[in-house]
Amino acid sequence: MEYSQNELMISAAARELRGARVAFVGVGLPNIVCNLGQRLHAPALELVYEAGVFGARPARLPLSIGDPTIVTGAASVMGMPDLFQYYLQRGLIDVGFLGAAQIDKFGNINTTVIGAYAKPKTRLPGSGGAAEIAVLCGKILVITRLNKRAFVPRVDFITSPGYLEGGAAREKLKARGRGPEAVITDLCVLRFAADTREMMVTSLHPNVTRAQVQANIGWQIRFADALETTEPPSAEELRLIREELDPQRLYSR
Amino acid sequence: MLADRRHFLLAVRCFAEMKVTTMRDAIRELVRDGDMVALEGFTQLICFAAGHEIIRQRKKDLTLCRLTPDLVYDQMIAAGVCRKLVFSYAGNPGVGSLQAFRRAVEKGEPRSLELEEYSHFGMVGRYIAGAARLPFYPVNSYLGGDLPRVNPRIRQIQSPYGDEKIYVVPPLNPDVAILHAQRADKNGNTQIWGLTGAQKEVAFASRRVIVVVEELVAESVIRADPNRTLIPGLIVDAVVVEPFGAHPSYAQGYYDRDNAFYVEWDTIARETAGLNAWLDEWVYGVNDRAEYVAKWGEKLNALKPGDAFAEPVNYGEYK
Repeated sequence: MEYSQNELMISAAARELRGARVAFVGVGLPNIVCNLGQRLHAPALELVYEAGVFGARPARLPLSIGDPTIVTGAASVMGMPDLFQYYLQRGLIDVGFLGAAQIDKFGNINTTVIGAYAKPKTRLPGSGGAAEIAVLCGKILVITRLNKRAFVPRVDFITSPGYLEGGAAREKLKARGRGPEAVITDLCVLRFAADTREMMVTSLHPNVTRAQVQANIGWQIRFADALETTEPPSAEELRLIREELDPQRLYSR
Repeated sequence: MLADRRHFLLAVRCFAEMKVTTMRDAIRELVRDGDMVALEGFTQLICFAAGHEIIRQRKKDLTLCRLTPDLVYDQMIAAGVCRKLVFSYAGNPGVGSLQAFRRAVEKGEPRSLELEEYSHFGMVGRYIAGAARLPFYPVNSYLGGDLPRVNPRIRQIQSPYGDEKIYVVPPLNPDVAILHAQRADKNGNTQIWGLTGAQKEVAFASRRVIVVVEELVAESVIRADPNRTLIPGLIVDAVVVEPFGAHPSYAQGYYDRDNAFYVEWDTIARETAGLNAWLDEWVYGVNDRAEYVAKWGEKLNALKPGDAFAEPVNYGEYK
């Protein structure tokens, strides 16, 4: 069955939600991922939105992080002080999703500036809740397209810390969150070595070569010894994405 | 003169029915050049009507606070009313970048823009400390990140009760809060539902409060459902009635976000000329919100959602 790169990213990311109870959802792909994960891999999954919603049941695909559809029918709607203090900081969230304008070999993420902070070449939106999601969610999943501009040896600005300089650097922070677990891209899935915490390719998508992956990463990337091939989306995954979660094909085309 | 004005307004507070006023008067009386203004509301209830009136009155050198500057601050930055921004996420939500904000930061156009940047939790914490009159607010955030490096107001202190260190943020006390809501009574008792963001904290943190509502309701409507009252009239200086005042953002139960406009803004704002033409037509070119709403015509009514009522709750009668 034919499928798009986004559909492959969505289905691969949704499988990372197995066993998760509470997910901090972002807009766009993460939203479809969480809804797909809830239907197939984690039936008890509760969706939390930083805007102040726990247990959302969106009836349409939310088009912003605070779409009114995440309110109607939710289990609880609250002010942001409650959401950040009692849900995120208390430690109730298992999985958080982050996007990245830049990500480096240790999973540090930049969404603030390209260039120097005081005189940026490109000013990006900034942290939003990302700085705290990165240290307070149990684990982090990153969904982004693979390209050399984004995958850089060192980010210009750490908006959301990954494993910092690698090794045990993150453990010294004593943060609740364990850090980034997987980076799901359009060409491959990457994870982090247990000792060095350096990013490595653990799964290539069907028909993707090592050379293609390397050509889109700004440093010499490592490939896992037991390199896998990513399972393509199943017929049921594709049906759910196309017919129920993103019928207008805004994010999954 | 200003002191006289303040005394006059304090006197006005004693006559609660006089809180209800027009947007023009509320902005003229309560927003001054150089003020720190928090026009808050997280994705919903963003009071574009007030932002546009501030632009029309050509206020100067404002420090603008918002978690998400959104389109409303992009417009105010483009119009040159803003000197400094205190914020945590300057993007076009669900669309991409804020083009006028980027031009100001990257090129200093139409004027340079000072930035004081936090994360969402940091901004929320600042409002909490401001509302509760605390010297700082501790957050388990910022660990390992670069924000404290570029914003020295985010500091780390030793916990007085243990070995750990914790980041703290300072209180934020705006001169004026402008908050949109579904409804209020003439005394300023204000009810909000759906996403409430940090509206309550901003109101209590600010020295002056302007509430803008979709509907002015009888005091009995508010008193019949007091759990829904987020902001008491006690701290409200002015109540402005402005239906569709939050368009193109939304008001839960009243109208949906105008997503088409959020997408279109990316094109409108990409070039200074186009953006200025838009301001000329939709802000300077109309006298007030009523004209803006009339100019949109039927398009706005198409944003009204279907009904989804809650079950009434029984507060009980205790005599």
